[in-house]
Amino acid sequence: MSTLEIKDLHVSIDTEQGTKEILKGVSLTIKTGQTHAIMGPNGSGKSTLASTIAGHPRYKVTSGTITLDGEDVLAMSVDARARAGLFLAMQYPVEVPGVSMTNFLRTAKTAIDGEAPKLRTWTKDVKAAMAQLRIDADFAERNVNEGFSGGEKKRVEILQLELFKPKFAILDETDSGLDVDALKVVSEGVNRAHEAGNMGTLLITHYTRILRYIKPDFVHVFVDGQVVEEGGPELADRLEEEGYDRYATGAGAATIAAAAQA
Amino acid sequence: MTEITTEKARIGAPSAQPFINGFTEEGESLSPINSATSRAPLAGEAVKRHSHGGGVGIPDSSRAGRLTSYNLADFKPLTGLEEDWRFTPLKRLRGLHSEVLSGAAPTVTVSGPEQVTVETVARGDKRIGSAGIPEDRVSANAWENFSEATVLTIPAEFEADTEVTVVIEGTSTEAAAQHLVIVANKFSKAVVVLNHQGSAVVSENIEIVIEDGANLTVVSLQEWNDDAVHASSQQAKIGRDAKFKHVVVSLGGDLVRVTPSARFTAPGGEAEMFGLYFADAGQHLEQRLFVDHAVANCTSNVLYKGALQGRNAHAVWVGDVLIRKEAEGTDSYEANRNLLLTDGARADSVPNLEIETGLIKGAGHASATGRLDDEHLFYLMARGIPEDVARRLVVRGFLHEIIQQIKVPALEERLTEAVERELAVTNN
Ligand SMILES: Nc1ncnc2c1ncn2[C@@H]1O[C@H](COP(=O)(O)OP(=O)(O)O)[C@@H](O)[C@H]1O
Ligand SMILES: [Mg+2]
Repeated sequence: MSTLEIKDLHVSIDTEQGTKEILKGVSLTIKTGQTHAIMGPNGSGKSTLASTIAGHPRYKVTSGTITLDGEDVLAMSVDARARAGLFLAMQYPVEVPGVSMTNFLRTAKTAIDGEAPKLRTWTKDVKAAMAQLRIDADFAERNVNEGFSGGEKKRVEILQLELFKPKFAILDETDSGLDVDALKVVSEGVNRAHEAGNMGTLLITHYTRILRYIKPDFVHVFVDGQVVEEGGPELADRLEEEGYDRYATGAGAATIAAAAQA
Repeated sequence: MTEITTEKARIGAPSAQPFINGFTEEGESLSPINSATSRAPLAGEAVKRHSHGGGVGIPDSSRAGRLTSYNLADFKPLTGLEEDWRFTPLKRLRGLHSEVLSGAAPTVTVSGPEQVTVETVARGDKRIGSAGIPEDRVSANAWENFSEATVLTIPAEFEADTEVTVVIEGTSTEAAAQHLVIVANKFSKAVVVLNHQGSAVVSENIEIVIEDGANLTVVSLQEWNDDAVHASSQQAKIGRDAKFKHVVVSLGGDLVRVTPSARFTAPGGEAEMFGLYFADAGQHLEQRLFVDHAVANCTSNVLYKGALQGRNAHAVWVGDVLIRKEAEGTDSYEANRNLLLTDGARADSVPNLEIETGLIKGAGHASATGRLDDEHLFYLMARGIPEDVARRLVVRGFLHEIIQQIKVPALEERLTEAVERELAVTNN
């Protein structure tokens, strides 16, 4: 049983107009076996939260903490965070030219496990995982994400999730840009990883559609860098009907305190 | 964004698109404008002993207007202001441009299939001058001073199943002249690897004749010791329906300046020119190539890729492609990509495309210089891969595109290892 704990996180970025605060005090606790959905309008800071957890250098933490089973995540390098068990499925996965998927997956798996996977079983595992996510076998020979369609990139993110077996998965709008079939395939992948029983999930989404396939235990509404409302799955249904308009930007936080997690 | 793009082209707007962000193979098809009317003599059947440029109507700046001559005296002493020397630190040429090249030439040792003949010949041999004519003072100085030449002949219709390896081993740093002739007779097929190693200060002329229907690959490896200075003119004359692949790999040496050219003399020819260089601190690696589409229906494809690291690592790439009026049906593309791994390194990249006929299939160029992209590194590191391993993955991948063109497995493996060694220097 692991715990990822985010406490009163404030994050800024440097822009041409100067420093801009994006996250304005975010607190969130996720435990193994739980699925937390973060829902919010575009520009509310969802990707900022995800990237900050992963350690992207653009985002500066000005105050607050992130810990994984009590360990200071903010003190870890990007690669150390991944090896500690954090996985970010990116909203816009990067194309890495010149590096084949096969080579990349094996190198990453070796780094995460601290030893090279057994070649025979590994190759079999990769093939099986690709087949389940309906990724063409020849993608293995292609360069990481290079020339992949939006949907293919998302599937490859989930492929990594299944192969690397992280303690916590942060899925940043993995559902955007997917048609219904792809959405099902991807959701099944996340559910498989979850059912193995050793993972907690932070599911970031703009739409409620994916929540038909991945059932959240908790829903957090995110507006203007803050959690403005929290509840169970029923909150998602309400958002589906009412949208985000109810939460006037900036106003929400004053009325609804970002309650500490159970 | 961490990208720098430099580009200069004689015709057409710069195709300054991001390459590091996905290395998209941009480039453009250029419509032919400025059509010059006269033509210049070339080395080959129509070679004159001496020519001062292309004559009426051809500007000095055009590649067609370049002075070519077998006589050193026809070339003025270098000042460094010349267009084709402006990037080269003349002081570090160790006299290749100014001294009599009387040092002992690097030794030449050839191994390969016994059908391939190797001769050491005197200056008067009729094959000397069959594919090349000096295009600059340093090359002319070597032509004036070489005492004997090595001639390799791949017999007609012979298809070599192993490569021909020519070890060119420098043992002295007295300025020297070297001359090699490689002749691929009709319908032959072979790979010739020139392995430059040891210590030398040498100006070298290599003439390459690819007769009708022949298929020749020449790989020129510069794995010199740190003190070597090497100027190498490698001129190829390509016959009807012949295929020529040229691969330049420059890793070692203090100053290496390779000037390859591919000249089509009959229709149906195909030239592929690849280059890989890895410039370390203080190293000057220069490549200036010339593709001369002088006849119809030939194809050329050029790709040079370089990585640079360390203070005053300097790479120069100039790609002159000339599509003459006669060269209808030409299909041509050239590109250069540089990856700056550290601050303090500099890459100059200049594609020059001149087109004198509208009746071509295609002509394009691209050039970009970028840094190792932080987003690539972030993606790999976010998967647990340590930074140094991630850097190596990206650079290795970048350069592998050239290595895999060589198609000699043992050599590809050796070069991959050589690149690994260069990379290891970054990370300590
Ligand atoms: N690199 C950046 N430069 C300038 N503004 C940025 C940058 N990244 C994010 N932002 C701004 O930060 C805010 C939050 O962005 P983001 O975290 O991407 O939101 P979301 O993922 O919820 O759409 C937005 O106002 C966005 O414009
Ligand atoms: Mg986002």
